[in-house]
Amino acid sequence: MVSWLILFIPLIAAVLITFVTRKQKDLSSYVSIGAVVLCFILSIDPILTLLKDPHMKPVEQGFSWINIPGLHVEIGTLLDPLSILMLFVVTFVGSLIHIYSRGYMHGEHGYSRFFACMSLFIFSMLGIVLANNFIQIYIFWELVGLSSYLLIGYYFEKPSASDAAKKAFLVNRVGDFGFILGIFVLFQATGTFNFIEINHILEKGGIPESTIYIAALLIFCGAIGKSAQFPLHVWLPDAMEGPTPVSALIHAATMVAAGVYLLARTSLLYHFSPDAMEVVAYIGGFTALLAAVIAVAQNDIKRVIAYSTLSSLGYMVMAMGVGGMTAGMFYLTTHAFFKALLFLAAGSVIHALHTQDIWEMGDVFKKLKTTGTTFILGSLAMAGVFPFSGFWSKDEILTIAFTSHHYFLFTIGILVAFVSAFFMTRLVFVTFFGKGRYHGHPHESPSVMTVPLVILAFFAVVAGFAGMPWIEPNFGSYIAGPLHGGHGEHGFNLFVAGLSTAVVIAGIALGYIVYCKELKSDPLAKNVLYNLAHNKFYFDEFYDNIIVAKVYNGIGRICNFAEVNFIIIFFVNGFAYLTRETGKVLRLTTTGKLQHYALVMVAGVVVLVLFFGVL
Amino acid sequence: MEGLPILSIIMLSPLAACIVLMFVKEESIKLIRGIAVSATSISLMFALYILFAYDKAKGGYQFVEKIEWVKSLGISYHLGVDGISVAMVVLTSFVIFTGVFVSWVGIKHRIKEHYIFLLLLVSGVFGVFTSLDLVFFYLFYELAVIPMYPLIGIWGSANREYATMKLTLYLSFGAVFALLGILSIYFTAGQMTGQYTFDMTQIGKLSFEANYQKWVFLPMLFGFGVLVPLAPFHSWSPIGHAAAPSAVSMLHAGVLMKLGAYGIIRIAMGLLPEGAQFWMPVVAVLCLINIFYGGVVAMTRKDMKFMIGYSSSSHMGYVLLGMATLNYIGMNGAVLLMFAHGIMTALAFALIGYVYDQAHTRMAYDFSGLAHKMPFIAVAFAVMGFASSGLPGLANFVSELMIFIGAFRTYPFQTVIAVFGIIITATYMLRALRNVFFCQSMPEWEHLKDATTFVERFPYIVLIAVLFIVGFYPAILIDVINTGVVPLVDKINGVSTIAKAGM
Repeated sequence: MVSWLILFIPLIAAVLITFVTRKQKDLSSYVSIGAVVLCFILSIDPILTLLKDPHMKPVEQGFSWINIPGLHVEIGTLLDPLSILMLFVVTFVGSLIHIYSRGYMHGEHGYSRFFACMSLFIFSMLGIVLANNFIQIYIFWELVGLSSYLLIGYYFEKPSASDAAKKAFLVNRVGDFGFILGIFVLFQATGTFNFIEINHILEKGGIPESTIYIAALLIFCGAIGKSAQFPLHVWLPDAMEGPTPVSALIHAATMVAAGVYLLARTSLLYHFSPDAMEVVAYIGGFTALLAAVIAVAQNDIKRVIAYSTLSSLGYMVMAMGVGGMTAGMFYLTTHAFFKALLFLAAGSVIHALHTQDIWEMGDVFKKLKTTGTTFILGSLAMAGVFPFSGFWSKDEILTIAFTSHHYFLFTIGILVAFVSAFFMTRLVFVTFFGKGRYHGHPHESPSVMTVPLVILAFFAVVAGFAGMPWIEPNFGSYIAGPLHGGHGEHGFNLFVAGLSTAVVIAGIALGYIVYCKELKSDPLAKNVLYNLAHNKFYFDEFYDNIIVAKVYNGIGRICNFAEVNFIIIFFVNGFAYLTRETGKVLRLTTTGKLQHYALVMVAGVVVLVLFFGVL
Repeated sequence: MEGLPILSIIMLSPLAACIVLMFVKEESIKLIRGIAVSATSISLMFALYILFAYDKAKGGYQFVEKIEWVKSLGISYHLGVDGISVAMVVLTSFVIFTGVFVSWVGIKHRIKEHYIFLLLLVSGVFGVFTSLDLVFFYLFYELAVIPMYPLIGIWGSANREYATMKLTLYLSFGAVFALLGILSIYFTAGQMTGQYTFDMTQIGKLSFEANYQKWVFLPMLFGFGVLVPLAPFHSWSPIGHAAAPSAVSMLHAGVLMKLGAYGIIRIAMGLLPEGAQFWMPVVAVLCLINIFYGGVVAMTRKDMKFMIGYSSSSHMGYVLLGMATLNYIGMNGAVLLMFAHGIMTALAFALIGYVYDQAHTRMAYDFSGLAHKMPFIAVAFAVMGFASSGLPGLANFVSELMIFIGAFRTYPFQTVIAVFGIIITATYMLRALRNVFFCQSMPEWEHLKDATTFVERFPYIVLIAVLFIVGFYPAILIDVINTGVVPLVDKINGVSTIAKAGM
């Protein structure tokens, strides 16, 4: 019952704002905030249940949605450790971001529209989290796509925002194309969409290995789209066109993590297909490295954080791929805190300076004490400095990669840790210290914005302790229940921890050396690699100019040419022409002269006589 | 309601309105509109009544009315609905009901004649969906097609003479083939039993020889297929949509195309199950042309009515794919998509017509930022676009999902292409949304007015509400449709098992 309330309260809020409180802006924001906070309060009970009993039995409820012979689709809720964890992350971080938005969005026209969409998003996200079957997760998967579209395109008068919204939706659709086919493959093999039932069939060995492999890869396509993995990573940086709280909530803390959640939810499938897991791991590792390198060369504060998000998502996906399901979920949780914090703090900076270009900032730490401090705490967590939360979660992933003998991926992980430390240092120094390059008189944001920052900062610092390897029970032992393949031995490995700490310090030191000066522009700007990274390795150009403009639209133009010239002019009009011309010829026989008709008649009789005579 | 000839009321109330309208003065516009609204709301009310009153446990043909007409030839006025036809009757009544309101705003001259033809057409459509007699079926079928000629020719826009000529000739051409098939069945069935009848329920009990079924199925498939439109015989349709006035496009794409699919289901597949077994795999290939080719052509079109026109032929490809699965899931999905697509496409043409009537252009590149001037229309357009792209929560999603699931068993390759088709749909819908409604507004469109009055908004609200209701609670229709689908699919598949056993 509680789970249904949690699911539908945000939807009711969205409907209420759309139809009732649209004109009263304040009321709209209260309805929206109230809804998500209420969801959080209602989630406390399941959370306590889980904390009391880490081995809790999954609680499943559902009602029939489509029921015809051969097809039974449910809408249901599933409360198990995995969904309860996500429930906590989504409603808690969501509440803070909603409250922050009240201040940040102040004075925007379309204020009510913003909150309606945010509530719609929370509804859709909770639908993913609570889903007990594949069709439902796909339904809400599409709905988070819709709310993401609406919120990225919030400033729809800007062409860039409209384009980014469209791009996000379509790129996700490409991923979902694979996802839904994967669902069909599984349905074909099992006859059900239900997660638990499919797991039972998998455990009994009821599905051939090749089918599992195909299904796992296809379902991973969905994760590639939503979690913006290579090669579908291009939509996420553009999604920063949306208001900053949207970037924090949807494009950092929750929605983009849905792909990782999907992998965790279907972990048994991957457990039975080690080959598919390898693919997952390498895609994740590659994305992590690619995005980290690009992040070094970006100048828009939100884009730097966006690429760091991409990199983190790659890290999580890699964790899932090397068998660290609990580690991936742990990183997801700590990441939700520190990345939401970074975005919100960045939003506070943007709010104060009215620019997003870090080279038009600098030396604002004195003016924005709270924002600056929390931002730095978030950066330390993101860089994975001991003992901040990011350290513990990153360490767990690296340890698993190492102990499972994925040495190549382990090296990539270490490399990413180094690059991340470097670009976060760059971001902090260029934004907050050095030479003041800003205009106007920045002020610290109101407390409706700074209080959420402080709360998030607290969690960004301490959340990692929940996963310390030597406490029992720790984070992992609570959520390991529903996760399969997450049993990699990951105690504390001194070598791994030492190495990662060393590279992080090296990264910070390098960043300090390069950027802790009175700079006007980036000293690395002449570097070739820097330029490649600055242009995002030309992925967008490749997709826009070749794939979309030439191939996709080209097929359209060819078909249209065929349609106009072949089908319409040749086939249809040609048929009409033929009819008309035949008519013209036959018209000649209708002379109106009796002699002609008589002649034809006689000829006909002769032919008939001859014909039958011969027979 | 026992004893009331409900189906006759649904069908004849538009026809009665036609006759009444002939005696009303051209100038009394209010009265004319009033009559049209009353007639169509009577149909809508009774259509909703049969949706809820249809006995799902019993199934089969219900609300049956039968009056002997020409006894010697075995023709009777015989109406009745099963689950499939109930859905179609409800669809038709929604589209004509909202269409009357849309014409209210859009049609400025010869209002009386416009309504007369429109209502005449709709009577024909209701007749097709409820007839159980082949002669009446064919009669109503023609009655539904012929009024298109004056409707497009008189009230149409650019290139209307070409469009209306092409449409009427093309559809009549197809109808001739369907008629040939019908007559052949009539005579063959008569020879078999010695009792000549056009009664579908009687003929449906017979099983024709397998070879005969194969031969007769083809002209029927072609004849009705032209109206679906089955590629490559689709080119009458986009231009017909484009030239027609809003309400006519709504009916044309929303309902008329479904007549073709309904004809294939009810007559070709229903009476010739082995023919269906033999030919539907071919349809499963041809429908790919609809889906993919229609989709990418829609993507290139700048005229929004052409875009939706090609989009319609693309989505009817999904219906054909669902029908070709010959299983419960796909067939249910096909019928539900006929309904969902009918509502969605009616909404699309109404919206484009609304913009066109003010701006006198439909070229996507002529516009920008209309959402600033017309927020209501923009939101409605977005709902339509997302419905069309198969977004969950709207009716089209459920039906497409069912078609995919049904088709994946038998035609995995086709399903992959068909699923890719939803990306194509999303592409052109979102491009249109971005180019027309988003970005900066342009000074030359300052004069455009949003739909603000009740009459202006009402049809859109009704159509959107239907999309949402069916999207959230699809069982409201599926449970009824399924009662019609199950016996049909059983018949088609049952026949083949007997034949195989015989060999």
